[in-house]
Amino acid sequence: MPKHETPMLDQLESGPWPSFVSDIKQEAESRAKNERNIEYQIPQDVCEDILGVLELSYKHKRTHWKHGGIVGVFGYGGGVIGRYCDQPEMFPGVAHFHTLRVNQPGGKFYTTEYLRQLCDLWEFRGSGITNMHGSTGDIVFLGTTTPQLEEIFYEMTHKLNQDLGGSGSNLRTPSDCVGEARCEFACYDTQALCYDLTMTYQDELHRPAFPYKFKFKFDGCPNCCVASIARADMSFIGTWRDDIRIDQEAVQAYIGGELAPNAGAHKGRDWGKFDIQKEVIDLCPTQCMWMEGKELKIDNKECNRCMHCINVMPRALRIGNDRGLSILVGAKAPILDGAQMGSMLVPFIKAEAPYDEIKEIIEKIWDWWMEEGKNRERLGELMKRQGFQKLLEVTELKPDPRMVQEPRSNPYIFWKEEEVEGGWDRDINEFRKYHQR
Amino acid sequence: MDYEEAKEKIISTLSKKKGKTKFYFNDLAKILEAKPRDAKKIVNRLVQEEVLEFWSSGSTSMYGLKGAGKQAAAEEGD
Repeated sequence: MPKHETPMLDQLESGPWPSFVSDIKQEAESRAKNERNIEYQIPQDVCEDILGVLELSYKHKRTHWKHGGIVGVFGYGGGVIGRYCDQPEMFPGVAHFHTLRVNQPGGKFYTTEYLRQLCDLWEFRGSGITNMHGSTGDIVFLGTTTPQLEEIFYEMTHKLNQDLGGSGSNLRTPSDCVGEARCEFACYDTQALCYDLTMTYQDELHRPAFPYKFKFKFDGCPNCCVASIARADMSFIGTWRDDIRIDQEAVQAYIGGELAPNAGAHKGRDWGKFDIQKEVIDLCPTQCMWMEGKELKIDNKECNRCMHCINVMPRALRIGNDRGLSILVGAKAPILDGAQMGSMLVPFIKAEAPYDEIKEIIEKIWDWWMEEGKNRERLGELMKRQGFQKLLEVTELKPDPRMVQEPRSNPYIFWKEEEVEGGWDRDINEFRKYHQR
Repeated sequence: MDYEEAKEKIISTLSKKKGKTKFYFNDLAKILEAKPRDAKKIVNRLVQEEVLEFWSSGSTSMYGLKGAGKQAAAEEGD
């Protein structure tokens, strides 16, 4: 017999997908049985109460969580998010239900031993409920009480060699794709750069002094598996500046059917014979590919890195050899002014340790945003308010056609008086010699 | 401005504000009349010394004098 009746939540379990309701019920049952004799440090029935308060929210169509608080670990201004229930008598198990963000390992690689240690700690001192992973990429621990926070932090930092992530007006936990560890499309070592910037900017990660959140995300190639272009204030996307490498024999193998397109990812249905014209060449957004007899040709200077051809024929087409990354800035979700995608700021930069050039750009942007940004203004909003030209000034970068997505869609770049020979003044008589009134 | 002077300025200005106990970082930088990076050094030290404390909604961070405001009592300990 469950502690609270939850008919609406139970209904959520009936669909074809895995259900978080079933997961929480499973954890509730496991805590009630306590077969491992854990000395739970927070109420044993926390999972029942979380289901109860959620059911009540569905019934009332309003939240029963109070937002935010002063809870945290000493010296850190982020990583812990205070959550309190506004019905503590009804649901004492979740009267305090704070969230902890744990900085995920690069590329989200873990050993099972490490995961087990984390989960054991969380069973003992928290609700046992995790979120793998939050949208920032962190390992999210959902629900503990204030006295447990320092204990958890001590255990993690001293025994598991593990730090908290970012929250609030901080640099958020930098997040990356698996990169060169597993992926042949990776144009730079995403994990190396992610780790380096995480360590370099510890102060920005843990001590909030920004106008609002700031996110770094690292994608090894333009497939953008961590969706940096849509989500990160500063996104680092791998690219190359020479030519796509073509293996003409493998192209023929795809055409002949010896190699499965998309590495066989769509083979579940019969799509008919692979048609390179229809499935690759005609889908190229810049129409820069064609067949000349049995040879596939690419006009590389027109390529906009959509990755479609490489994804379809990975054995025949490979990323170039002169690799680095592009930096795009200003992406955000739609709180103000709607969602914004990142704007190209640096078309190509080499990604080589110690990444000084990259850090220089980051710090110039931060200096500008910290000084000029309004409270709760994201970088993308500041760029919109003061203009892309201002961003170029503060980063000391020269305007480049590649920064313009399409004519008239980007803020205009204006000439300034000091950049124009003779300034704005002109001799009207001299002008009239050539132009009638 | 030396640290002690800055500390005094922050405490006196923040305690004078009526009905408001949480402040943005920018508000503190303005009180200190300092560039953000210089202000951050002072503010961090004030947090270390437990003069100020962090408040976070999860998305936004603010600062307050330690113990000030309604929430502080409710959050102590239990």
